[in-house]
Amino acid sequence: MAEPAALSEPHSGTAGLAVSLREVTKVYQSGVMALGPLDLDVGKGEFVSLLGPSGCGKSTALRLIAGLDVPTSGSVGVAHHAELSPAKNAIGFVFQEPTLMPWTSVRENVLIPLKLAHAPAAEADARVSEVLAQVGLAEFAEAYPRELSGGMKMRVSLARALVTDPDILLMDEPFAALDEITRFRLNNDLLSLWRNLRKTVIFVTHSVFESVYLSQRVVVMTARPGRIGAEFRIDAPEPRAEDFRTSAEYAGYCRQVSNALAPSYSGQPGR
Amino acid sequence: MSALQPPPIAAGQGAPDSGTLRLVRILLPIVVLAAGIAAWEFAVRMYAIPPYVLPAPSAVFQTLVSDWPVLSQSLLTTLLTTLEGFLAAAFGGIALALLFNQSKWLEYSLFPYAVILQVTPVIAIAPLLLIYLPQQTAVIACAWIVGFFPVLSNTTLGLNSVDRNLAGLFRLYGASRLQTLRYLKLPSALPFILGGLRIAGGLSLIGAVVAEIAAGTAGSGSGLAYRIAESGYRLNIPRMFAALLLLSAAGIVIYGLLALTSHIVLRRWHESALGKEN
Repeated sequence: MAEPAALSEPHSGTAGLAVSLREVTKVYQSGVMALGPLDLDVGKGEFVSLLGPSGCGKSTALRLIAGLDVPTSGSVGVAHHAELSPAKNAIGFVFQEPTLMPWTSVRENVLIPLKLAHAPAAEADARVSEVLAQVGLAEFAEAYPRELSGGMKMRVSLARALVTDPDILLMDEPFAALDEITRFRLNNDLLSLWRNLRKTVIFVTHSVFESVYLSQRVVVMTARPGRIGAEFRIDAPEPRAEDFRTSAEYAGYCRQVSNALAPSYSGQPGR
Repeated sequence: MSALQPPPIAAGQGAPDSGTLRLVRILLPIVVLAAGIAAWEFAVRMYAIPPYVLPAPSAVFQTLVSDWPVLSQSLLTTLLTTLEGFLAAAFGGIALALLFNQSKWLEYSLFPYAVILQVTPVIAIAPLLLIYLPQQTAVIACAWIVGFFPVLSNTTLGLNSVDRNLAGLFRLYGASRLQTLRYLKLPSALPFILGGLRIAGGLSLIGAVVAEIAAGTAGSGSGLAYRIAESGYRLNIPRMFAALLLLSAAGIVIYGLLALTSHIVLRRWHESALGKEN
């Protein structure tokens, strides 16, 4: 469906690209080549999944985009907003685990990015309430993380990533530890958030089904070193909902993507 | 009591009555204590042991009441020394740990000396300190030396145990060092710090007692440990026991207060302070 060019905004310098990786490699201190060379362009507002087996460098790629790691070689480009206010961060990150601060309430957990940016308190409070409502946790603002279920904790984590109104949302296998029912519900909620907010989402997963259900584009990665093996556009109509999960079209896409992933299985003991 | 009845075959197995269990846990030590005191009293009377060999509990109690003006004064002195030593240990230990956390160079240079100070028995350091420092300062210094190390090592452990992903999150949002310390490192180190303080409380009392005995100076401002030593020389054994009793009580109260503080601070979130049913 939509080409990256169609998503471009006239005022941006990078011609509609939110993230652009060029010849990026990452070699760890142990000498292990974790990534690359990798070329990846993600358009503004696009929902892209990085799919691959454990150890294929997909999480590493995400950390490089977030700036949590530096590449060994190559360049990582991330488009920034023209007007960057102090309370605004270009990137929101959702980790594999909820990664919440257990010693304080949900409200404080979601507030922390704004606090670190010295945002005015009243404005920040209003913003926190708004995001908590978006993820359906308005009445749990004063609860402590340990009082919440796994799915709710992940929602808090998502709210925290959204609170700075980032252009780009990076998600590192966020729903991998949840049960299937909760995961499906969160998948749907994430899709509707994405439809409403039109963020760029880069979603790392090892689930073929999740990647096809969510994304406009699935990038299949191969391991050691992490490279792009194949790419698929998922041109399914929107909005997607539960009936898409059981459609023949969905099954077809899943089969294609699974076949592309199959070479990664061979020669990988224990996985 | 219901706890002593044979339990019904199936029902009693899964859910022991928690109220009864609690009562038993409080009552049993008290029963043991009462039995011990009674046996002691009985033995002293039965064999007519003179008080300068072994005073009866009743004699100890009498001494406690009759010597209360002297003993309470000494108790106050010892408690004050302990408190000062504890505060010095708490602030010194936490501050040093924070410094070490900010600068690896400082940690590498100074940490070995903290260990040396810890492993050298304080009873051997006390006489030296008494030569170089005024007596009151030396006593507090002793309490500090034994108390600060658990605070230092526990705080260091806590500051180094921060969740890696949370630390990454703080970096992502451009947190300053001070912000990371205040919003991330200190709160996550809090359970460790409180654990260290709990140990330091008891140790400060030990440090104070050791220094008092080493100092051995008489006068109105002398502490409980000095009273014990002095009463020993005078063969006033009942007073020795009375002073010892007060020292133990002080130790128990200090531990209890610190444990309570820790529980109140952590009860909403930390595993250690949560009930079993959660």
